[in-house]
Amino acid sequence: MTAPLLRARGLRAAYTGQRGADIVAVDGVDLELPAGQVLGIAGESGCGKSTLAAVLSLTARPPLSVLDGELTVDGDRLDLSGDRPPPRTWRGSVVSLLPQGAMNSLSPTTRIGDLAVDVIRAHRGRTRRTDALDRLADRLDALDLPRRVVDSYPHQLSGGMRQRVVTVLSTLLDPRLLIADEPTSALDVSTQRQLTELLRELLHRGLVGGIVFVTHDLPVLRAVADRIAIMYAGRLVEVGDTAGLIDDPRHPYTAALLASVLVPEPAIRTRRIGGIAGAPPDLSAPPAGCRFHPRCSLATDVCTRQEPPALGTVADRYATCWWRADHPDEDLEARL
Amino acid sequence: MTEPLVRAEHLTRVFGRGAAAVRAVDDVSFALRRGEITTVVGESGSGKSTLARMLLKLLPVTSGRIVFAGTDVTGRTDTTAYWRQVQAVFQDPFGAFNQFFTVRRLLARSRRLLGADLTEQRMAEALEQVGLRAGDVLGRYPHQLSGGQRQRVMIARALLAGPSLLIADEATSMLDASLRATILNVLTDLRDSAGLTILFITHDIGQACYVSDQVLVLSTGRLVEYGPAEQVIFDPRHEYTRRLLADVPRLHDPT
Repeated sequence: MTAPLLRARGLRAAYTGQRGADIVAVDGVDLELPAGQVLGIAGESGCGKSTLAAVLSLTARPPLSVLDGELTVDGDRLDLSGDRPPPRTWRGSVVSLLPQGAMNSLSPTTRIGDLAVDVIRAHRGRTRRTDALDRLADRLDALDLPRRVVDSYPHQLSGGMRQRVVTVLSTLLDPRLLIADEPTSALDVSTQRQLTELLRELLHRGLVGGIVFVTHDLPVLRAVADRIAIMYAGRLVEVGDTAGLIDDPRHPYTAALLASVLVPEPAIRTRRIGGIAGAPPDLSAPPAGCRFHPRCSLATDVCTRQEPPALGTVADRYATCWWRADHPDEDLEARL
Repeated sequence: MTEPLVRAEHLTRVFGRGAAAVRAVDDVSFALRRGEITTVVGESGSGKSTLARMLLKLLPVTSGRIVFAGTDVTGRTDTTAYWRQVQAVFQDPFGAFNQFFTVRRLLARSRRLLGADLTEQRMAEALEQVGLRAGDVLGRYPHQLSGGQRQRVMIARALLAGPSLLIADEATSMLDASLRATILNVLTDLRDSAGLTILFITHDIGQACYVSDQVLVLSTGRLVEYGPAEQVIFDPRHEYTRRLLADVPRLHDPT
């Protein structure tokens, strides 16, 4: 078996709160991603998924600080504990971030081509301007995007095109790992689809080695991701291959998320969808035992007292749930 | 056949003039039947919100007519009386609150529209209609409420006037998927129990599919398809609707 592209162990990150109380938004997360694949990370607002994206992309800034953890990307190991800043050589070329709201992150007074020159010079040192522009133009050609983008200002491009341009810029240095944080959330379904197709194309051509795709939108993940990890209150509750996780969720939270998805399928017109009662917990004082137990219809006494057991491994199929430990083969959908 | 609550006839709104004119809503005609949820779907820039703003009389129409309960209200200027009949909920439940006001004070501001009709009892009834208990929320500040609760409070605010038409413009778009269904259930319950007529505006066909009796599809200001929800979503006639539906990511393969 070959080593995975990404191996993350024991990631912990906290926001410094008022009166010195830290809010641990990512609490002991392990991840694995084989080369050439897309790993989706999903969960509700406030579950820590964007914080996880910041940790993975080495862009954590105060008040967020990384407490602990270890990243291995393509064989290179990086220890995140302590206060050492991440090496500059990693950012942009080993891991790169496609930020949330990317289409509004372009400078309105800079042509796309000039921005590409800046990006390449910042990481590769002295580069001739024409070489940098050629690199951008070649990349646009390869991905079937119009060359006129090079000389355009952001306002001359549509929202969907701006989003794709930022995607191209953030992968210009051929990062081994791309972290995409809610890249499709503000887009129409049609532009959303064009973006997910662009990401798959980047993978297919080997321009990026692997993608971590953070979103709250499970149907989008079904279209783009090979594997999905579900987060709740700063922890992973379930990991699995896309089809397996959607068709046979192992954790009650995953099943509840899936049951609240509204897709244009005839079944949802006849069924009342309840959503998930309650709200995610306050991370400054997370519930004892299983963090999902206050909202879980299957919770028993043990769930309120003891942390649930880990079933399986994050490299394959993983879930952490007391109910599942007792009912390994039962169908969750029928129980909700 | 009973008269529909609202009839829009050849409704048009043009922004700008001359060569730069944009026909944001272009010759759109439809009827909102009483006690039904009609959903307007379309991409960004299709004219959904412009249409809502015209129906709310927040934006004058360029041409065409709006007939409300049998009366032509297109040129009417007494918006106070109109807003007792037509109320709205908007997209952002986080920005719509004054964060220094309690829910009671926020709701009490409707007194400017309703005068002495607005009693504590009326507030409690409206909150109950959206599934909130007056004792739980009236004394709270916005930051003490979740996003879903805030949007319920905004719906309750709209209900204070006892409107016959509620316009919900992207009212669920900023909420988590796990909460959207609960807000949509509030809308269907209001339709079923109070006979409220609702115009729901969304870019999400999944939500349209869940709540609608009738669906309008807008594309660059033009009404391209209009009919019963099941027909428009499961058996679309127009090429644009088909393409839009094909781009919607699914959870399960169509069988």
